[in-house]
Amino acid sequence: MSINNQVFLWRIFKAGWQDIFAAFKRYELAGVLGWQDIRQRYRRSSLGPFWITISMGVLIGALGLVFGNLFDTPMKEFLPFLTVGLILWMLITTILTEGCLGFTAAEAIIKQISLPLFIHILRVVWRNLVIFAHNIVIYPLVLLVFCLPLRSTAVFSALGLVLLLLNLSWMALLLGVLCTRYRDIPQIVSNLLQVCFYLTPIIWMPHLLPKRAGLILLDANPFFHLIEIVRAPLLGTLPSHFSWLVCGVLALAGWCITILFYGRFRSRIAYWL
Amino acid sequence: MTHICMNNISVDFPIYNTTGRSLKNQLMQAATGGRMGSNEQGRVVVRALQNVCLELKEGDRVGVVGHNGAGKSTLLRVISGVYEPVEGSIQIKGKITSMIDMSLGMDGEATGIENIYLRGALLGFNRKWLTSKIGDIVDFAGLGDFIRMPLRTYSTGMQMRLAFSIATLVQPEILLMDEWLTVGDADFKEKAHQRLHEIVQKSSILIIATHSPELVKTICNRTIRLDRGSVMNI
Repeated sequence: MSINNQVFLWRIFKAGWQDIFAAFKRYELAGVLGWQDIRQRYRRSSLGPFWITISMGVLIGALGLVFGNLFDTPMKEFLPFLTVGLILWMLITTILTEGCLGFTAAEAIIKQISLPLFIHILRVVWRNLVIFAHNIVIYPLVLLVFCLPLRSTAVFSALGLVLLLLNLSWMALLLGVLCTRYRDIPQIVSNLLQVCFYLTPIIWMPHLLPKRAGLILLDANPFFHLIEIVRAPLLGTLPSHFSWLVCGVLALAGWCITILFYGRFRSRIAYWL
Repeated sequence: MTHICMNNISVDFPIYNTTGRSLKNQLMQAATGGRMGSNEQGRVVVRALQNVCLELKEGDRVGVVGHNGAGKSTLLRVISGVYEPVEGSIQIKGKITSMIDMSLGMDGEATGIENIYLRGALLGFNRKWLTSKIGDIVDFAGLGDFIRMPLRTYSTGMQMRLAFSIATLVQPEILLMDEWLTVGDADFKEKAHQRLHEIVQKSSILIIATHSPELVKTICNRTIRLDRGSVMNI
């Protein structure tokens, strides 16, 4: 690589990094806007955001009934698995699909005030994290119903959640930039996510797979690892070293590429809107 | 020492949803708007600013004039940092405050108080500081108990009064405006006018886009005339 190329790469890396750093410094604004989004959605409803919890609970109940019977798995084992998996999947899909629209939805703000643009992605992540917090309340309830204990391994799920969010943030940022330029990508993303939902063990348990298929659907599926690092500790087992490794490498490589990409195209976002 | 230095700035807007290249020549003769053309990749672009060189220093009160689509708003947005120029460079010393869209981000369902926090956060004020200023804001806006009501129950004038009271909380260094702000009924208008005048007086650089020659005459000491993206005379 020539010196010129290196200088260029360093320059765009710095531009990307500076914006992201500046956005974190204004976390308060991202927080206010994210909360505002949720408030707006449930304004004047008496239960407010707890509608999120209720509709998630109903969905889990229905799916649990159908698929638990279909796969002939004992409810005591299947329902906790489904609950955590589905809630995590909801977090993943909403962050990614809303991340696609992160910049386009904030068009009015972007065109009026000069802010670190990563704020708009932080807003999406924060908003969905709040929704996640409403949903995860269901899990202890499920444990209570089946008289299951909360295992001590659960503390590792916090670490898993951080790693998951790190990964989702770079994905949302990358998609956000791409989707601002190419307006067809959101459709493609939501379509692919729908496919991934069935390919990833969320409504079916991994041990149901024949050995060969498992290699592809589990080991080669990043979403499996991303869910596993939060779900497994909550269910009482530790995720494999391989899962931790995949998520760690994915976060590191993903962020490096995204920062470069973002640094290169950040200043174009306002023009593309 | 506040200072703005623009060196040979050009701004192009890429247009992705028209392929009207055959119309290009005809459109280039349009009397309003920027220059249309295409870039190296053959994409349709609108050149909103062309080779703008400007140097503004402390004490400058600049009136930016020109017909619709001459590039006034684009120039303001380049200065505020929203658009990074495609060519040329810009250096700015000093904090910029834009009073172009004062009600940006306000939510009709939220109460006046909530809107103060919302608008305040967008303007970069922290919560604690805003809490200490709520009394001042409500007093100045003259909204009384309405401040606890949802914004949608306000008349347009009342909404503007609230927005104005939040926007003028701090003294800006470099102030960007799109036309002189007139807010509310006769009484409030006078009060707002006074406050705005004070702020404008104390700001170190003012840049105001306007169609009013009287305004330029009364408050500006420099005029920039834009025509189809180029500076005609200073």
